[in-house]
Amino acid sequence: MAIRNLLSKKGLGLFVVAGVLVLAAAGCTKKSDGSSGESSGGASGEKANGGEGLTIGLVLDKGGKDDKSFNSAAVAGATRAAKEFGIKVKDVESPDDAAFEPAMRTFAERGIPLVLAVGFAQADALKKVAPSFPNTHFAIVDAVVDAPNVASLMFEEQEGSYLVGYLAGLATKTGKVGFIGGMDVAMIRRFLMAYEAGVKAANPKATVFNGFVGITSSAWANPTRGRELALSQMSQGADVLFHAAGASGMGVFDAVETDRKKATYAIGVDSNQNGIKPGRVLTSMLKRVDNAVYEIIKSEVEKKFAGGPRSFGLKDKGIDYAVDDHNRELVAPYTEKLEKVREDIVAGKILVPDFYKTKEKK
Amino acid sequence: MDLVVAFLESTIRLSVPLLFAALGGLISERSGLANVALEGKLLISAFVGAAVAATTGNPWLALTAGVLSGALGGWIFGVLSVFTKADHIVVGIAFNMLVAGIIPTVCRAMFGGTGGTPQLAIETRMPAPIAGDFTFFGAALLLCWMLHWGLRETKWGLRLKAAGDQPVALIVQGVNPNWIRVWAGALAGACVGFGGIDLSMVQGSGYIRDMAGGRGFIALAALILGGWRPVPTAIACLVFAAADATQMLLQGQKLFGFNVPNSLVQIVPYLVTIGVLALRFGGKGMLAPKAINQPINP
Repeated sequence: MAIRNLLSKKGLGLFVVAGVLVLAAAGCTKKSDGSSGESSGGASGEKANGGEGLTIGLVLDKGGKDDKSFNSAAVAGATRAAKEFGIKVKDVESPDDAAFEPAMRTFAERGIPLVLAVGFAQADALKKVAPSFPNTHFAIVDAVVDAPNVASLMFEEQEGSYLVGYLAGLATKTGKVGFIGGMDVAMIRRFLMAYEAGVKAANPKATVFNGFVGITSSAWANPTRGRELALSQMSQGADVLFHAAGASGMGVFDAVETDRKKATYAIGVDSNQNGIKPGRVLTSMLKRVDNAVYEIIKSEVEKKFAGGPRSFGLKDKGIDYAVDDHNRELVAPYTEKLEKVREDIVAGKILVPDFYKTKEKK
Repeated sequence: MDLVVAFLESTIRLSVPLLFAALGGLISERSGLANVALEGKLLISAFVGAAVAATTGNPWLALTAGVLSGALGGWIFGVLSVFTKADHIVVGIAFNMLVAGIIPTVCRAMFGGTGGTPQLAIETRMPAPIAGDFTFFGAALLLCWMLHWGLRETKWGLRLKAAGDQPVALIVQGVNPNWIRVWAGALAGACVGFGGIDLSMVQGSGYIRDMAGGRGFIALAALILGGWRPVPTAIACLVFAAADATQMLLQGQKLFGFNVPNSLVQIVPYLVTIGVLALRFGGKGMLAPKAINQPINP
């Protein structure tokens, strides 16, 4: 029906529709052009090793380079390394999962010595690409890819989640706290499991509500649902809400902000989100993706790159919780206990449950 | 009891963008302009509203701009669909793709990032309660009633329906059904615009890339389910919203002593959609406007 219409009406419709499609495609291309090669200075990126320094390739996740959380942190770390070592960084945003593999291949084919894949969603693509380019170094954040030329940068999220859970358990007045996850995947379950354990350690009688925004990757960008989950938990009495939901977490902050009694607090994630709603954010669990990215680039520059898994946790401040002017007074009553818990985790006196490991046992 | 109140409130909030999008789609489709571009219009108006609020700090100006941008988008979509005599579905898909490409580009030029507008402070969002969740819900119900009445009782409504069912009858009267479709598209866009504003400035605090999250398509399903009639369409939106509210309240809860797996709970809305659609098409009901998606040569 559709095609018959197009053909019979003198091709005019087809022509215009084709025009619109081309425009749409141009819009998409422009987007990725505009966001790639920011710090490399445009055309010079073509010659990978042409300049004085190296060029590093950064393949970003769907959230894009200004998600104010995960990808932003990776870009910040790479930019810092670029300034310090006089190297160039090319980055590319992936509109969907299918774009990871070609992006990695393009970087590797151009002779870029180190390609960074940001986010667990890229693991499958990297598993395919890495063996084809044995002389290229790869690094992936948040996933383990087992190949000699891949460094897997893992974070001990459970340590930080336990710590902020402990804080939530101390801070709650109602004895009820909440957790809002983005996409329902193992990594976010890891946050939840340790968070629950932390809450219970501080307050054994506490109730922990949990909710997930969705089961597809659009769950990272659905603030309306994030807010709705937060409001639903607040209506059941939760007064401290920890989110690990990417941009959907903005809805959690909005829900907390509009609480009429001003008795609800949020806990941010990944980057320092204390300033998003000053005074309503108890703290943020920091995941220093920037430091990890910086370190791996440094190792490449110093020709010390080594494949294999590496983990960042409380002990090396790869995981931390944020204290700044926005929340210093809020957390002041609890810092002493928190620091004690931190020391115990680092010393191995507290064993934080790890979802990844419990899953293997089953 | 608290849970019931929470459920009702949640349903109301979740239904607002669906209601505006579905009722907007209804205006367009009853005129014969098939509209799969509701998602794109939600995104345009959500973005324009948030962008204007971020730059001027005036939420009312932002509301106006958002609604007008929805109308403009609808008008352009109408012109492209009607006068090229192309298949409306194809144009609609192209329109959604165009929006998905243009917004990040504009966003980057304005705010230096493709991900969205800066966070809006509470003063620059639609002020609650004057223009909060419940006001928008009330406005959506009012729109529903106006359409219910307008489609039956007014000359405008009769002409709109004629353009969708028997455009030849209009041509005989000397009215050009093509322009009726175009302006119906613009009016539809304006209605959808309220839904977009609801997403970015009432329920949200700024635009985030792809924040409509498929609501434009769910609205389309509600419209089909409601048989292209305002009241049943609104009810369908409420059913979808209630299913979504249910899944959110059920997550992480014990049901009859069991810990229900979240993944199971989260498919509740989809099950409801499929179930209701199956029921609907099993029975008899009003079918699509007869001349929908058919080009006219006056």
